[in-house]
Amino acid sequence: MSATRRRRRRELTPGAWLGRATIVLVAVFFVVFFVIPIVWLLIASGKSPHDLITTGPFQPGTLADLAANWSSLVTFQDGIVFRWLGNSAYYSVAALAITLVTTIPAGYALALGDFRGRKTLLTTTLVVMLIPNTALVLPIFLELSAVHLIGKPLAAILPFSFFPFGVYLTYIYFSTSVPRDLLDAARIDGCGEFAVFRRVAMPLATPVVALVGFFSFVANWNNYFLPFLTVPGKGSPIQVGLTELLSNVPAFNPTAAGVTSIELPTLAVATLLAVTPVLLIFLFSQRFLVAGLTAGGTKE
Amino acid sequence: MSYVFVSGYVLFALAFGVLPTLYALWMSLTGSQGGFAGLDNFVRAWQDFRFLPAVGHVAAFVGVWLVSLLVLVTLLALIVHAIGRRWLSSSVRFVYYIPGALAGASSVVLWLFVLDPTVSPVSAVLRAFGFETFVQTVSPGNLPVVFAIIAFWTGAGGWIVVMYGALNSIPVEVLEAARIDGAGAVRTALHIQLPMLRKWISYMAIMSLAAGTQLFVEPRVLSQASHAVVPVDYSLNQLAYLFAFKQSDLNGSAAIAVMLLVVSLGLSAFFVVRGGLFERD
Repeated sequence: MSATRRRRRRELTPGAWLGRATIVLVAVFFVVFFVIPIVWLLIASGKSPHDLITTGPFQPGTLADLAANWSSLVTFQDGIVFRWLGNSAYYSVAALAITLVTTIPAGYALALGDFRGRKTLLTTTLVVMLIPNTALVLPIFLELSAVHLIGKPLAAILPFSFFPFGVYLTYIYFSTSVPRDLLDAARIDGCGEFAVFRRVAMPLATPVVALVGFFSFVANWNNYFLPFLTVPGKGSPIQVGLTELLSNVPAFNPTAAGVTSIELPTLAVATLLAVTPVLLIFLFSQRFLVAGLTAGGTKE
Repeated sequence: MSYVFVSGYVLFALAFGVLPTLYALWMSLTGSQGGFAGLDNFVRAWQDFRFLPAVGHVAAFVGVWLVSLLVLVTLLALIVHAIGRRWLSSSVRFVYYIPGALAGASSVVLWLFVLDPTVSPVSAVLRAFGFETFVQTVSPGNLPVVFAIIAFWTGAGGWIVVMYGALNSIPVEVLEAARIDGAGAVRTALHIQLPMLRKWISYMAIMSLAAGTQLFVEPRVLSQASHAVVPVDYSLNQLAYLFAFKQSDLNGSAAIAVMLLVVSLGLSAFFVVRGGLFERD
């Protein structure tokens, strides 16, 4: 195999060689395109405001400057950044818990149960899953303000908990990897329906629980539009908080120059802080991700 | 029994899917003092001097974005799929995918830096295009391209992974047969891989079209950062926001939301029913 490959490579015509070089060039160009902003963010967080503008973009900063940026971030409005991060964590995790409790049984029943309305529910789930989540933000805001929930943590947690994509992932998982016979065997052995779910289905469901948990957490953490409307002010999560910081950056907003002003590198540190949790999860669960994204469609 | 299992989910689906839709629809058809208003809210929104420009902005952005997304994602997926060494192929895919972690406001804030020639890591590129200041970079004529680049940066990786998965489902024998018949990489791509990817490409196109009409966080953050050089009413969702929060016109806001929702719902329902890509048994 490798011998034939080597021979073929030696026989490359100039044209084919040029084609290959172009392909490599395109691939490398896009690697650079996707990576540069992130690398730059890491570097910029460690520079003083002055160095950021005067030194080259990839010239590393110093730990002392990183510490200075960090302290100016945490002293901004008495450490409100921790409050934002706390809000984000609270909303994301609470919604994640509710999502798991509601979507796993639902996906299970849709895959292996048999009841009236099953097909309708499945089709509705698919249609809603494919709607961009921002499309429902204003309607949800109008609804929540009619019941006076705006500003309360529930105004973020409850809408986050509705996660049709999770139901679909669970449905696909159970219908492809858990045979009905297995459940029937448990039933014959005298298991009730709850026992079948708890003792047979749940132990097999660990991969999909992790998958749904991952996607739900990332979606909640990164959501901007919904919490921007439903939990404004002190209830803001970090994504909304970032834009609040932004309006205190004199470089972008000259009228903001005052005692509480935020310098650019501080904003960079805050951005880094906002993306770190998800970035870490990404790095450690690469395999999950690919599995989840391709699970979207199984029918060819 | 199954009803117990689905009950929690159905409750949420009703509360945060069906109910808000119906409520927005109802609000869009009533006046601010209550009472049936017919299509008044829709007409008022439609005739607002900012409405048609916003439609134009969104259309320009979606146009630039869709074309670049379709062409580049397909090309990059083919390239990644053609890389022989497994570890290399999966690492490249992962690198393309990483920016997906930075969705939401953080990616836009990061791009503020990239677009500002005084601090940008690619300031040489920006200067080559003649942009010396942030405000010049985000001048209105550039915005569709700027937003398309930001959206591509965060979103393309996910689609590349999806397309790669679809390419993997093409039987090896088919590709082998093409190679024996003397087809090179380009002809294989054009005559075998692309036709087999058609469903997935149209899926990507429809989903991105629906998502593109929702443009909000990018113009919102850029507008804040540029002192409204990027207008506060650039996109339709921004306009709906202004209706609700600056003019206290909840009914007009609901009308815009309903129009956007109808577009998304129509595209999504069309695809679920006609696309045949998803398992509905």
